[in-house]
Amino acid sequence: MKILCAVKRVEDPDQKIKVKPDGSGIVLEGMNYKPNPYDEIAVEEALRLKEKQGGGEIVVVSVGDDSFVTEMRHALAMGADRGILVKVSSPTDSDGAARLLAKVVEKEQPDLVIVGRQAVDDDQAQTGQLLAEYLGWGQATFAAKVESLESAEEKSKTPGLQIEGGKVKVIREVDGGLEFVDVELPAVVTTELRLNLPRYASLPGIMKAKRKTIEELDAASLGVDITPKVKVRSLSSPPARKGGIKVPDVATLIDKLKNEAKVI
Amino acid sequence: MDFQLSTEQIALRDTARKFAREEMAPVAKAYDQTGEFPLDVIAKGFELGLMNMTLPVELGGLGLSHFEQALVVEELAGGCAGISTSMIANDLALLPILIGGSPEQKERLVKPFSEKLRFASFGLTEPGAGSDVAGLATTAVRDGDHYVLNGSKMWITNGGHADQFTIFATVDKKAGRKGITCFVVEGRPEGLTSGHHEDKLGQRASNTVSLTLENVRVPVANRIGEEGQGWQIAMATLDNSRPLTAMLAVGIGQAALEHSIAYAKERKQFGQPIAAFQGIQFMIADMATELHAARLLSYEAAAQLDAGQRNTLVSSYAKRFAADTAMKVCTDAVQIFGGYGYSKEYPVEKLFRDVKLIQIYEGTSQIQRLVIARELLKA
Amino acid sequence: MSNVLVLAEQLEGKLKKSSLHALNAGKQLAERSGGKVIALILGKGIGDAAAELAAHGPSEVWSADDAKVEHALAETWSKAVEKAAKDAGATYVVAASTSQGKDILPRVAARLDAGMASDVLGFGGSGADVTFKRPMWAGSVIAEVEISTPVKLLTIRPTEFPAAEKAASAAPVQAFALPELGTPKTHFVEFRQVKSARPELTEARVVVSGGRGTKGDFKPIEALADELGAAIGASRAVVDAGWVPNDYQVGQTGKTVAPDLYIALGISGAIQHVAGMKGSKVIVAVNKDADAPIFQIADYGLVGDLFQIAPELEAALKAAK
Repeated sequence: MKILCAVKRVEDPDQKIKVKPDGSGIVLEGMNYKPNPYDEIAVEEALRLKEKQGGGEIVVVSVGDDSFVTEMRHALAMGADRGILVKVSSPTDSDGAARLLAKVVEKEQPDLVIVGRQAVDDDQAQTGQLLAEYLGWGQATFAAKVESLESAEEKSKTPGLQIEGGKVKVIREVDGGLEFVDVELPAVVTTELRLNLPRYASLPGIMKAKRKTIEELDAASLGVDITPKVKVRSLSSPPARKGGIKVPDVATLIDKLKNEAKVI
Repeated sequence: MDFQLSTEQIALRDTARKFAREEMAPVAKAYDQTGEFPLDVIAKGFELGLMNMTLPVELGGLGLSHFEQALVVEELAGGCAGISTSMIANDLALLPILIGGSPEQKERLVKPFSEKLRFASFGLTEPGAGSDVAGLATTAVRDGDHYVLNGSKMWITNGGHADQFTIFATVDKKAGRKGITCFVVEGRPEGLTSGHHEDKLGQRASNTVSLTLENVRVPVANRIGEEGQGWQIAMATLDNSRPLTAMLAVGIGQAALEHSIAYAKERKQFGQPIAAFQGIQFMIADMATELHAARLLSYEAAAQLDAGQRNTLVSSYAKRFAADTAMKVCTDAVQIFGGYGYSKEYPVEKLFRDVKLIQIYEGTSQIQRLVIARELLKA
Repeated sequence: MSNVLVLAEQLEGKLKKSSLHALNAGKQLAERSGGKVIALILGKGIGDAAAELAAHGPSEVWSADDAKVEHALAETWSKAVEKAAKDAGATYVVAASTSQGKDILPRVAARLDAGMASDVLGFGGSGADVTFKRPMWAGSVIAEVEISTPVKLLTIRPTEFPAAEKAASAAPVQAFALPELGTPKTHFVEFRQVKSARPELTEARVVVSGGRGTKGDFKPIEALADELGAAIGASRAVVDAGWVPNDYQVGQTGKTVAPDLYIALGISGAIQHVAGMKGSKVIVAVNKDADAPIFQIADYGLVGDLFQIAPELEAALKAAK
């Protein structure tokens, strides 16, 4: 079984993100980068499926520049087999990424595509679904599992996705509960946090990854229009924590919480 | 000198850092309090390739450079020094064989450690021979195709769990250093007993015991190098491990510095965060500067080994400076935390206790100064 | 035509409240574009939901009450929404940023060759040049984005738009003819609604925390937490005294939490506790002592006895439901 995973290089989610005073971007000085956490979960799930099946190939794809090689090597160090870097001269939007990924999928013909539900930099959460539509495939978003991440199943690295009879069985985290769906292969699945805990890139894995191939493709050679449809005009910081006020009674408090703070 | 890390080096460092933060740090306090052997964490580290880092590729190792090992050790130290020491102790025990052993001995006595989680101990120090290690009294008497070992060893890391011991004994007490010989005791044979786990000030998760050898028979095939070569082998071993010990100190100091910076920004007195006071700012500035100097000395000591050079001088600089600096950094960290620094509920008192040992073991800071002076003043 | 299509959502025939927030957002866009709001609702047995939707002010409601769209499968629903958007001459297609909206709308965007902005908080720009404010980097940055395609899709964050009010008269509800939906490759199997036990402390949206002022009696904390579907936290003093498990401790040497709402009851607000919860979006403090340090970081402070205020709060919340 061939599984394709997309990996995006994102700013370290644990680092503080600051907007430049002119709003043209974020402060990049001293920035650390990591693989998008949801994408790591995707690679982990692919590894578990491969281990369960006793074979197969896992290909990781990135759309970006040379710096993305670091994150791809991380995926290879986790255990993915090879990588494809689609080089673009500037970052694409979700749609551009999906169109490029669709071309790679056409070339690679995987049985399953697993991607993160969203990238933690733009939080658009669209690429997987756009890709599924461009491919004309079924999709299952927010894939998770019933057992908790502390459970014995998780510790024994049981996959949350099940492949059976040419279909992938997915448990989706939706508002209000869990939805169980079956999707005929080939399909696109996007990962939710509670699908699995990604393994470390072990030191032997890191050393082995050095010898795994990363093929570079120029985006222009894939012949798709990746003109961005969504563009950022400017960035700003959310309002800072203001000093608080004292309220005289419960009624006022509820009113403030509901209508001013909008938390209830 | 290129200070840029390669992609692989960043990846190695990041894995070690993640392991330290997610696996070691959460359990560090509990293991410190109970002194229980942190086997489950060590086992996870073994699975990730974080042990036996000194082994070359042909013996099942990863072929990590000394510099890369140093990067990893600093990160692990930030998780817990006691657990780190437990993980890197194998290297100390196996290095003599890598340095002075025959290919057959390396295959037989070193390679198995890369295949399965096992512990090996380095036995040099004795109750009566610490800094004056040349004065060790464990004897090795030839008997046919065996040697018979008698004596006792002290402060042996992992001794309670090891199934292989690298023991330095003398074949001729009158010959001083020239009688010291290196042996490997396999298993836990009759006659080799370990004492209780020492109740230590710090690095309490690290198993530390005394060993008693009563007529322990060691085959000649397990003698490493020739009779009388033990001293050289021991010193070369320590040259090799010294950069890592120095990095252990740097890692502990780094953790103390980070905690101090975070606390200084939070703690308010006299209407402002204490980070606004120059007294605190000066402390933090000095802590960071000196710690980084220690780090760079350690990098150089490791780099010299990678270049195949003898690194005795720089590695002594590194170990002496890093241990003493990290002790100061941890002391200052407790001071910055004030009353809370004195409480076990806060992480800095453990760092203070853990780092103290580094000024003592693998050559006290005083011995390091003698080594440095000797190097500089020799004819 | 510059109309707005709003995709509504229902569950088991009941209109989801998030749809009313989406409707409001749609109205704001319609005002800017000079068009009308057409609300689309799909499902099976959705007569009541369609009526409720119609009662809240769209110009029209288009309803497809059909077994073929009983389950919200993105593969088939996206075809339906595409047709509706084209039939409606929609410039904007809006849905609430629910799991359903997020699942379906991007496929519609692909079908319409249109750009989409997710989780929109508000609109900028002027007149017909609408920009979209949306969170990036987990909300630490607010981006103003523009969509360059003629048709623009968006999901909106319900808490950032008020719910549409009931209108003077109901809009007409007309049957929407579904396009050919084909045979989807995705098959619905089951929906398991999760029983709400208390959420996990570090992930809860709301945390109700008790301190020394509780004197060991956590019943008011628990009752209020139950009412809010909140997790329970505690200050160190309370844990030290053995009144609650140490698993509840929030603070520098306990857990760090960053919920949308943190209600601190009888907690003085020592820095060690504050360190564990100062990332909360909104902090409410209740304490007898008007000078308690907690009031310095609370957004809303109420001076009083928590044993009076907590039950009052609980009752008022129940009534507001």
